[in-house]
Amino acid sequence: MKSLPLLFLGIFFTIAFSWTGIILSSYVQLGDLEPTSTQLVNAEGDPISGIYYTEEGSKRQFVGTTQPGEDVFPLAAVGSAKRGQQVYEQMGCLYCHSQQVRREGFGSDFERNWGKRQSVARDYIFQERVMLGTMRTGPDLTNVGTRYTELWQHQHLFMPESINDWSIMPPFAFLYKVQEIGSRGPSSEAIEALSSWNIPEGHEVIPTQRANDLVAYLMSLNQNYELPEMKFSE
Amino acid sequence: MSAKSPSLLDSFKTSDNEALSIRARLCEVDTSMRGPAVLFLVSAVLWLLLGTFFALIASIKIHSPYFAGSIEEFTFGRVRTVHLNAMIYGWGTNVILAIAPWIMGRLCRTRIRHTSILITAGIFYNIGVTIGVIGILLGDMQGVEWLEMPTYATPLIAIAFCLAGVWVVLAFRWRQSNHIYVSQWYILAAFFWLPWLYTVAQIMILFIPAPGVVQSLTNWWFAHNVLGLWLTPIALATAYYLIPKVLGRPIHSYYLSLVGFWSLAFFYNWAGVHHLIGGPVPAWVISAGVVASVMMVIPVIVTAVNHHMTVVGLHKEGWASPTIRFIVFGALNYTAVSLIGSTMALRSVNEVTHFTHFTVGHSHHGVYGFFTMIMFGGVYYMLPRILEREWPSAFLIRTHWWMCVSGIILMVAALSVGGWIQGVQLNALVESDGVVVPAYTFAEVTQNINWTLVLRSLSGVLLTIGHIAFAINIFWMLGSKPTAGLSKATLLTESEEGVS
Repeated sequence: MKSLPLLFLGIFFTIAFSWTGIILSSYVQLGDLEPTSTQLVNAEGDPISGIYYTEEGSKRQFVGTTQPGEDVFPLAAVGSAKRGQQVYEQMGCLYCHSQQVRREGFGSDFERNWGKRQSVARDYIFQERVMLGTMRTGPDLTNVGTRYTELWQHQHLFMPESINDWSIMPPFAFLYKVQEIGSRGPSSEAIEALSSWNIPEGHEVIPTQRANDLVAYLMSLNQNYELPEMKFSE
Repeated sequence: MSAKSPSLLDSFKTSDNEALSIRARLCEVDTSMRGPAVLFLVSAVLWLLLGTFFALIASIKIHSPYFAGSIEEFTFGRVRTVHLNAMIYGWGTNVILAIAPWIMGRLCRTRIRHTSILITAGIFYNIGVTIGVIGILLGDMQGVEWLEMPTYATPLIAIAFCLAGVWVVLAFRWRQSNHIYVSQWYILAAFFWLPWLYTVAQIMILFIPAPGVVQSLTNWWFAHNVLGLWLTPIALATAYYLIPKVLGRPIHSYYLSLVGFWSLAFFYNWAGVHHLIGGPVPAWVISAGVVASVMMVIPVIVTAVNHHMTVVGLHKEGWASPTIRFIVFGALNYTAVSLIGSTMALRSVNEVTHFTHFTVGHSHHGVYGFFTMIMFGGVYYMLPRILEREWPSAFLIRTHWWMCVSGIILMVAALSVGGWIQGVQLNALVESDGVVVPAYTFAEVTQNINWTLVLRSLSGVLLTIGHIAFAINIFWMLGSKPTAGLSKATLLTESEEGVS
């Protein structure tokens, strides 16, 4: 192997091949996914059971359109929840929590009530940053918005150990302000403090903007809807 | 190495004129590489120490989350990420930029031109990584694994990668040897692949984000290829160069090295998708990734045979040489970690190991047990020749060796056992009252593997001691005076001379 051009061509080809295969073709396959209603209808307005493709010239097209008047999914995170996604990134939540439900029978995602159906590509089309995650040091968060209340999330973030004594999740108390209760009485924003926090008498715990955003984001994590290509498991 | 090229042993025989002239040229290469190599090496060692410090904190925090828990900058997600970035970009890439151009220069048998390109790249690069790591620590972290550095730092890094790539191509262009050795293919390829990978991943994930899970696919195409097309080729190039060099024996088979190179280039590219098994991406992409991961058995076995056949029978000599000790340990781990990795890509095994500490153990097995150990070996060979002085302390080398070997074995063992238990218990199901429920609650799984995480912290302490010994030896050496003429190499056991 002495020829530089040949060597170089091989080096170039191998990486171009994988890029085309893994990324470009997925882009072509998934790039034009749109939100849809649970049920699609055909040209006559009759419900159809799933997605069909038809060859129209060289272009592959959907048969079936979104049912008029029905909600379409997924929903885009807006406002506080959208800012909260950045807090989620900045705190590195991704390194212990996944956001993907695997199919029934592959792992125990269903039995642990992490989701009623498998996650599919369409679920992620509106996420500015897709954080599927690779670790489950903590539980999967795909549908965490359906499992807890805002107050629970705040209390848990402040000191996870006070809710689950076995938890190894780091505390995020630095996202909260502990302040003296003012003369006009407790603030309406204050969260209910747990006794194990040892908050001094006459003080209250106020979430910062970032804590509220993060909780709004967590509450927005929800794939509890059916898509034409993926229905809830029986 | 072709039979004609000299081992160091040959070089000592001054009767051979041809050997003498080659040796003079190698000397010239060594001298001209001094500036860039020392710049990169010192940066690499400082990053190694920083990365080790953060690794230890992250490891402690995962079993004792309230350790430094009230400081935002030291929350687990940040500390862990600073560790990863300091190691991959700080230590790994800097040490590569110290060793790979030097090997390239030596194999091209020519005076090194344009070292200013390398120095410029080094300055850009380390400023970029420093800004990036500080950015991560202060909260500008991007939620993309292996690409967490904020976008105001990454263009500097991309420029540095391109400069380094240009330098390697230039060096190769001016080569004076007729033969192209396998190490040169690996280095040339890696220095071409990395700028491409990095730029494409930056653009498609951070600057103009691709829609939905295409981001995730790009992410793992990139992250796994940093291992497969950057760290791995350079470590293999170093092993291919130094094993024959130190032991004075040509590499077993030219054809095997050819097969090994091209099969790695072809299959490793596709393997990254196995990080998304079970995920919301097209099943066919995952299948392709699984197939490629399993096919990696070919380059791995081929390389293992080639390296093993070169070393066989010379184990005693090898044991005396710090270079060979580290490199052979690394090469053995390359075989082990790659075969384990191919197994982990099988869907049935991945169902257990995915999302667990097993994967963490596996990546340390690869990046540390294989890559970093070989790089240590490379530094032990290169630095005395570049500085024209010997390693000041065999004791420190021995400390470094034993601490790193015991540390990494303990870490991989602890995380593999813990991760496997974690995976099995997370998946286990039982039927109670006609309903299928998890056999272990999440709480039970978390508590059951805690002891393995404590052991991991212990392994971190061992590695820290080893790295400090390594750093002391290097800075001691940099501060000492050049040894006049040829001095005896620092050996770890009493053995023949000329092995280092």
